Amino acid sequence: MAFKTKEQAAAYWKANIRLMLTLLAVWFVVSYGFGILLVDLLDQVRFFGFKLGFWFSQQGSIYTFVVLIFVYVARMNKLDRDFGVQEDDS
Amino acid sequence: MDIQTATFLIVGLTFIVYIGIAIWSRAGSTNEFYVAGGGVHPVANGMATAADWMSAASFISMAGLISFLGYDGGVYLMGWTGGYVLLALCLAPYLRKFGKFTVPDFIGDRYYSQTARTVAVVCAIFVSFTYVAGQMRGVGVVFSRFLEVDITTGVIIGMGVVFFYAVLGGMKGITYTQVAQYCVLIFAYLVPAVFISIMMTGHVIPQLGFGAELADGSGTYLLDKLDGLSRELGFTAYTDGSKATIDVFFITAALMLGTAGLPHVIVRFFTVPKVRDARSSAGWALVFIAILYTTAPALASFARVNMIDTINGPDAQGTAYEEAPSWISNWEKTGLITWDDKNGDGRMFYAGDERNEMNIDRDIMVLANPEIARLPVWVIALVAAGGIAAALSTSAGLLLVISTSVSHDLLKRNLMPNISDRQELLYARLAAAAGICVAGYLGINPPGFVAQVVAFAFGLAASSFFPAIILGIFSKRMNKEGAIAGMLSGITFTAAYIIYFKFINPAANVPDNWLFGISPEGIGTLGMLINFAVAIGVSRMTAETPQPVQDLVESIRHPKGAGGASAH
Repeated sequence: MAFKTKEQAAAYWKANIRLMLTLLAVWFVVSYGFGILLVDLLDQVRFFGFKLGFWFSQQGSIYTFVVLIFVYVARMNKLDRDFGVQEDDS
Repeated sequence: MDIQTATFLIVGLTFIVYIGIAIWSRAGSTNEFYVAGGGVHPVANGMATAADWMSAASFISMAGLISFLGYDGGVYLMGWTGGYVLLALCLAPYLRKFGKFTVPDFIGDRYYSQTARTVAVVCAIFVSFTYVAGQMRGVGVVFSRFLEVDITTGVIIGMGVVFFYAVLGGMKGITYTQVAQYCVLIFAYLVPAVFISIMMTGHVIPQLGFGAELADGSGTYLLDKLDGLSRELGFTAYTDGSKATIDVFFITAALMLGTAGLPHVIVRFFTVPKVRDARSSAGWALVFIAILYTTAPALASFARVNMIDTINGPDAQGTAYEEAPSWISNWEKTGLITWDDKNGDGRMFYAGDERNEMNIDRDIMVLANPEIARLPVWVIALVAAGGIAAALSTSAGLLLVISTSVSHDLLKRNLMPNISDRQELLYARLAAAAGICVAGYLGINPPGFVAQVVAFAFGLAASSFFPAIILGIFSKRMNKEGAIAGMLSGITFTAAYIIYFKFINPAANVPDNWLFGISPEGIGTLGMLINFAVAIGVSRMTAETPQPVQDLVESIRHPKGAGGASAH
């Protein structure tokens, strides 16, 4: 066992799931929310030369996706170290 | 220097680079052949994944497609990038920790069942062949257009090059050639985009030019002008959609889930040394993909304004055919632009209603862009090299999945478990060679439904692999009965829906007949939901997962102790 106790393993997995669901919520909101379901509402707002909903659909959601993955990488690497389950540097 | 000489020179140079890399990185073991020895740097793997993922269709057709669809084109942009978030958060790190070679490996071991493995192998081979036929066709088309050889010769040259580095180098050769191919294709995509952006808006960065005022001193925003033009000419406004919201939602989801379930993408994450590299590698892949995918919609809008202005003239009365720029007549020869002077005034006119006299193929938006923007010949040659790089990199990745499925999943893990590593490697090479021949044949004699089956491939991946893998990681309770029942019901439903509307009764393929208004392109999402529901239902009524499998699931959930990928 990589974890010292069963409780540790459960806590690690719970923290992992919570992080994943939080980030997936953002993922859903920017693409399906802003880019599709709320597009007509957001299109009332101007963002430079774009209608905001259109911008989220064709630009904004993609930038957000990139940021989400790197946030996940940083948070997970920290979580691994906190629980002592990171990979050995061999 | 004329266009043809420049193209021969630049395309020839890139081929020499690819072959040189293949010789330098040839594979000596199955481990190197399947997963490049598991030693690829995450950034390099990100680049290779991006090249693997972006096909001839992304490079040649996507900007044109968006340019004709406007807002609705967003389904491709979000759908083909959003899947990487799912890959990074829900799949890649766990599958890397699992540490085998293929997706059927995971399905077979996690569900302790040869049946499940076989279902996965059949899906993987079918999805990959569907794709690769289209890629070979893409190579042929680019060759024939820019080098004026016929399509068959073009396909054979392309087959020869892929044969050389895929058969010799396996995943190792493919990975490093894909890195080179990414550099070629992204450079070839950005150079014309930057020039056109400067020309039209004065911005160097196309993504900024997209939302800026036009450089003609009118003070009008590019997109406002495009919306105005679209309405005057009888189209829907560019920034408004014409598809139903539910359909846009389901198509986007099917493309995202399909991306996360495609075997040739997933297998790329088995090539990095560590679990944390698999996580960051997905991020890098998306960065490299996003560079092209955020440029494409900008390019699409520039090209559309440019095209309408050129054809309809500044006063929107049409341009006299004799005064048309030379690119129109150049591309008329290829049949990608046709003009039918309906009202007999000798002027071309493009519109969305009965005034229209033009028939314009969407592929022209990227291929003719350098000519429309009057860029030097070397840029035109570069676009040709970029299109070929995009097609070759994707076909190589797919061929590897096919050869691995045959030599590893089918022979080693199923029919001939006693073969040695060297024999397995030989079979892998033979399977890759056979795969190239079949792909080449399909490229030369394309079945009439190549375009339709792309939707099929995504729908299948979304409704079969994606739920099986997700449940395999996140639910210990999921057993083989549930997974197999789920995969079969998801696939059957999705395939039946697509086959009915695309092949049996295409005339009925209109929104009124669709289930909940979901088009065949988006039905994979519903298939996935059915898969999840059936799998969970069946697993609750059948025997519990054996303890060793529960331990396996426990061990892939954290990174410690991940070794290199291994066969056993």
